[in-house]
Amino acid sequence: MLLITCPWCGPRPEIEFAARGEAHVARAAPDADGEAIAAALYLRSNTRGLLAERWRHVYGCGRYFNAVRHTVTDKFVATWRVGESRPDLGGEGTR
Amino acid sequence: MSASFRTAAGGRIDRTKRLSFSFDGVAYSGHPGDTLASALLANGVRLMARSFKYHRPRGVVTAGSEEPNALVTVIRDDGRTTPNLAATTVELYDGLVAVSQNRWPSLKWDVGALNGLAAPIFVSGFYYKTFMWPRSFWKKVYEPQIRAAAGFGEAPKAADPDRYVNRFAHCDVLVIGAGPAGLAAAGAAAEAGARVILCDENPEFGGSLLTDASATIDGEPGAAWVAAVVADLAARPNVTLLTRTTAFGWYQDNMVGLLERVTDHLADPPTPLPRERLWQVRAKRAVIAAGALERPLVFPENDRPGIMLADAARTYLSRHGVAAGSRAVVFTATDAAYAAALAAKAAGVNVVLVADLRREASPAAEAARASGIRVDLATTIEATSGGRSVESVRLARIAPNGSVSPGETVACDLVLHSAGFTPTVHLYSQSRGKLRWDDARGVFLPGEPHEDVTCAGACNGAETLAACLDQGHAAGAAAARAAGGAEVAPRTCAASGLSIEIGGHLGEVPHGRDASRVKCFVDLQHDVTAKDVRLAVREGFRSIELVKRFTTTGMATDQGKASNMNALAVAAAAMGLDVPEVGLTSFRRPYTPVSFGAFAGVNRGDLFDPIRRTPSHEAAAALGAPFEDVGLWKRAWWFPRGDEDRHAAVARECRTVRESVGVFDASTLGKIEVVGPDAAEFLNRMYVNPFLKLGVGKCRYGILCRDDGFVYDDGVVGRIAADRFHVTTTTGGAPRVLAMMEDYLQTEWPELDVWLTSTTEQWAVVAVQGPKAREVIAPLVEGVDLAAAAFPHMSVAECRIMGLPGRLFRVSFTGELGFELNVPATYGAALWDALLARALDLGGCAYGTEAMHVLRAEKGYVIVGQDTDGTLTPADAGLGWAVGKAKADFVGKAGMARPDLTGPHRKEIVGLLPDDPKCVLEEGAQITAEAYPAKGTHALGHVTSAYWSENVGRGIALAMIEGGRSRMGTKLHVPMPTGPITVTVVDPVFWDKEGKRLDG
Repeated sequence: MLLITCPWCGPRPEIEFAARGEAHVARAAPDADGEAIAAALYLRSNTRGLLAERWRHVYGCGRYFNAVRHTVTDKFVATWRVGESRPDLGGEGTR
Repeated sequence: MSASFRTAAGGRIDRTKRLSFSFDGVAYSGHPGDTLASALLANGVRLMARSFKYHRPRGVVTAGSEEPNALVTVIRDDGRTTPNLAATTVELYDGLVAVSQNRWPSLKWDVGALNGLAAPIFVSGFYYKTFMWPRSFWKKVYEPQIRAAAGFGEAPKAADPDRYVNRFAHCDVLVIGAGPAGLAAAGAAAEAGARVILCDENPEFGGSLLTDASATIDGEPGAAWVAAVVADLAARPNVTLLTRTTAFGWYQDNMVGLLERVTDHLADPPTPLPRERLWQVRAKRAVIAAGALERPLVFPENDRPGIMLADAARTYLSRHGVAAGSRAVVFTATDAAYAAALAAKAAGVNVVLVADLRREASPAAEAARASGIRVDLATTIEATSGGRSVESVRLARIAPNGSVSPGETVACDLVLHSAGFTPTVHLYSQSRGKLRWDDARGVFLPGEPHEDVTCAGACNGAETLAACLDQGHAAGAAAARAAGGAEVAPRTCAASGLSIEIGGHLGEVPHGRDASRVKCFVDLQHDVTAKDVRLAVREGFRSIELVKRFTTTGMATDQGKASNMNALAVAAAAMGLDVPEVGLTSFRRPYTPVSFGAFAGVNRGDLFDPIRRTPSHEAAAALGAPFEDVGLWKRAWWFPRGDEDRHAAVARECRTVRESVGVFDASTLGKIEVVGPDAAEFLNRMYVNPFLKLGVGKCRYGILCRDDGFVYDDGVVGRIAADRFHVTTTTGGAPRVLAMMEDYLQTEWPELDVWLTSTTEQWAVVAVQGPKAREVIAPLVEGVDLAAAAFPHMSVAECRIMGLPGRLFRVSFTGELGFELNVPATYGAALWDALLARALDLGGCAYGTEAMHVLRAEKGYVIVGQDTDGTLTPADAGLGWAVGKAKADFVGKAGMARPDLTGPHRKEIVGLLPDDPKCVLEEGAQITAEAYPAKGTHALGHVTSAYWSENVGRGIALAMIEGGRSRMGTKLHVPMPTGPITVTVVDPVFWDKEGKRLDG
């Protein structure tokens, strides 16, 4: 079971968290065209390597936060609060 | 039988005490310190089981948890019946009752043994090949027969009465295995001040030191060293010691599952103790000191009772004082078996000879010769004979060119064999640590780790006692240091004792028999032979994972601990590849079987799932209401009067609500308090409806979509104050709606000053619906003018209800004049009682969820999740009027504007009336344009809700149909097994189309 570091509460077991998909996906603007809306709703990077994700400490503080996890090793590399800037991780594979 | 196989002295058993036990109904005795296997061997019992496929007689092979053969069922009572226990791990207690498995009518005379005669058809994959035709036979003939014959043991007949508990633990250093390496590691880590957990699957710590009387460590006897280290560890507050505790599974980030067997070894378990304890340990660092497992030699007919691993036999001698036979032949590929030969000889066993596969005499061979044991080099065993016990072996000479010539036949009742030792890398591999192939020794060893874990001792390739101790100390010290502990000085031990050989012989031994016929067992538990593995390769299986599944080698309860390397080597040889090129099969959790009880823990019976009860639950139960499960909630379904059946009760409740009044417990509705200066702006962005202009004291029916534009939830939103809203959700939707709101609030619009609080369980809600609703509630409500003009439909007020601070909503889910009364949840039962008493006085009644469903369907009110399925936009659901088209943005605005979601072929919610008014359609039934559509015809939609409507006097239905609203008045068909039903598409409002009754 993963040990995930909530940026508010510290390391907690995986069962306290909910994975909420890829991070940094912007909502489509209300007047966006169909392609842009579909991309925002359905297209994800499916990265092999470092992936920026949204997680929620749902059975803890309830906060959503950002994380970078390696999709091959399943190791968390970093977590940070909403609004904070993303730590520099070499910038590979994440958007 | 007499206890003639017990040695005169020695062993870690208490010879002053006798324990009586029975096996297959025969009484025997043993001593404290015995396992069931050692006690049976001491009593001369060597036939302990029948094999899985061929029902061949089998005896014990090992002295540990890797045992493939000697599986038994231990019976305390009907519920405490445990099948498939390895007799080698069952500790003897007074009164123990064990029976053998996989035999009928008895272990000695087993009808299933006839399978052996049919062996040629029981080849790899025989299920797939044999039971294919005729096809119709599978279900009625083959499958029941196979199921009756298959499986190990029998499940208990009664529920398990024992208690199982779960414990979470954290430590700096978890040490797995308490042999010399593990003890040294734990000692070093403890000395560094680390919090240490040390576990071992055996009843005593010490591992190999418990069976090696020759061992000395820093001048002390090995056993004394163990006792001193264990005493030191036990005295430290930072150390937890767990015996009889198996580390069975490795989970991510150093979470390790341990199974502690608390009472299975006790004759009379004290009541307060759980049977087993499941530990979920999160370790900063871990040291695996799991040791090594002796590898069997694969030779013809190597499965007869009395043929066992050499080191296992030495263990029975040194630990239990049991000689497993009286006339032994030793068969080996390494030096390790010589220790067993010497020990057997010393115990008075006639060791006839040692057959050594190697050509050169090793020092151990010379030493054995010097002590008078015959050693035949370059010698193999190519046949064995015997029924319920081995009686003789036939030797064969291996010429330098590899050819084999038959030799003498030797009578014996014991064959001790050893191919060498395989490091126990199971847990390490489970932790995703890489394994590396040691070409020189022909073994897989721990390589690059994935987790914060180190291996030490024999599992890491160490062969001598000193190497195990030194590796253990270094690993423990390093682990403690990495976990924040103090520095511990490096140390090397002066130690001597028995060594093992990591590696040794792999695969089938040379023999002169017909390799395509003779049975050289690789996996004893699943009856897989070397020729089965070769057959799989010949039939085209190249992946070792597929060879494993086709032959089922390594897939029994022992998971092939003793057999996998040999199977791999046989497969590799058949493919003409080297072992590392073929690769390994995955090591899967659990290392040894874990009971369901341990995993379930206390989560069984009433504690399996929480139950949520409404405030009126007791009152409803007293009225005889059946309950409907809605998520975790128990909701009153209907309230029968006299001998009313469901239909009659629901019809009466529906009629009564429309004619006078009904009360309904609506407490399960999800409730969220949305508060803050930006609360209105937040709801305006979340919901499709406009909320900025909703006045204080007013309500609005809100529809929540996801960003894809599909309906997600709905509910009434009431504005309590300028900065405070009372939001209701569907019964099942409250948690996900709150999560979605939090998501947008925290991540999309963090600038909004709003906070959200779940109040579902704070408010009890009773709905009062019907023409007399006002009359019912009036005496209970203070501070609100209930007149229709003063408090119209879709109003909300904070007020006093029965003197309590409450919230009164004028809303309706029935189409009648209706109110929903909210009071603090603890007063819900009192409110229910008071309202129901008033309603009964006025000719009303209580109604349940079934009537609620019918009443709302009569009005065409959709239930999100029943009439919608996550693919309908508000417009599809007939709710397009609610969408605030003038709003700049809201969740789902862009999504629902996509071309495909606004086209002409959308599925829309409409009403259906069956031509036969008595007909009630089936929910979920498909709808087609033709009465008898051709096979494969695309359905136009399906029935989402269907009821008998007492008020309308006929069956009514709601349905989701392509272009539904353009089909008004047309006939469609619902094909059913009993014939098609013709229906007419109608407006979904069946009652009070003008909606006047709402304003009553």
